[in-house]
Amino acid sequence: MKRLVSLFSLFFKIGLFSIGGGYVMLPMLKEEMVRKKGWLTDEEILNYYAIGQATPGIIAINTATFAGYKTAGIPGALAATAGMVTPSLIIISLIAAFLSDFREIPLVARAFAGIRVSVAVLLFFTIADMIKKGIKNPFDFLLLAAAFCGIAFFGLSPVTIALGAAAAGILGGLKIREGQP
Amino acid sequence: MIFLQLFFTFFKIGLFAIGGGLATLPLLREALLESGWMGQGEFIDMIAVSQATPGPIGINMATYAGFKLAGFFGGLSATLGLVAPSLIIIITIARFMKNYASNRFVAHALSGLRPAAVGMIAAAALTIFGNSVFLFSDFPDGAWIDFKALGIFAVLSLFYLIKKPHPLVTLALGALGGMFFL
Repeated sequence: MKRLVSLFSLFFKIGLFSIGGGYVMLPMLKEEMVRKKGWLTDEEILNYYAIGQATPGIIAINTATFAGYKTAGIPGALAATAGMVTPSLIIISLIAAFLSDFREIPLVARAFAGIRVSVAVLLFFTIADMIKKGIKNPFDFLLLAAAFCGIAFFGLSPVTIALGAAAAGILGGLKIREGQP
Repeated sequence: MIFLQLFFTFFKIGLFAIGGGLATLPLLREALLESGWMGQGEFIDMIAVSQATPGPIGINMATYAGFKLAGFFGGLSATLGLVAPSLIIIITIARFMKNYASNRFVAHALSGLRPAAVGMIAAAALTIFGNSVFLFSDFPDGAWIDFKALGIFAVLSLFYLIKKPHPLVTLALGALGGMFFL
């Protein structure tokens, strides 16, 4: 039960600070679930994120469901997802009911712009850490570079990239096995 | 029954949205505009509010549309509909992975997916960095670098390197920095 409450509250915080996309989730999961609680590993977070890209549904919800399930089974998946959507339900209902022009409140707009800068900072360090821990050989680096260019310069769909990377992983893995009898 | 209708409409959207919250837009347009549930202006308001508020964009849009059509419980029904396919599909995959974690095809596929995920996150980081610090629309003439935002970026980065603060601390400092300087 304690685990479910802490899953709910962690994903509530993640939902609350996800501004302009769910990316703040990655540094938060690394800090809380990998470093502090040891419920997940860095590898697992990347697995979930990659699979979440290629499966139907909102990526942040997919990742939350995965992390919650790994930590505490189906109740965990439900607690994490509920935590993730609760801030939206509260905030959007208030805005839809009372102030659809809240974006024109200058202080709010400036705070959000500042949070976006913070998210960029957090993401850069998260990526640096992921590269340090997860990129072990030139093949990994090639896949990373290809995925980056595919999205940033060629506008490929994340689904295409995830499917291609999975296929490359299988082919590469079989090749290496053959080479090492 | 409007609540069931909302639930199933957004269930369908959740089921066919692959690759990010904005991938739901064409489906939303069909469900909301062509059914006459919303007008063009309201639809645009929905997107703008959803992008600028906390929370995943897709969830925000579902809540907004549901609320406008049928109040708080409308928002709840739409949101539940949107997340239901994720819950079902991901729990199924997670179970499968638990049973097949030692399968070498699964292990190889994941070993290819992980570096690609880092690459995709890096591309997203570049976009977020671009949107928060550079004003590409003003390039090349005019003040296309937001020096104040760049300053906040530099200070927060330095602070992170020295102190390794909790992500929430970095986010809160960014919010304060934005309120005072941006």
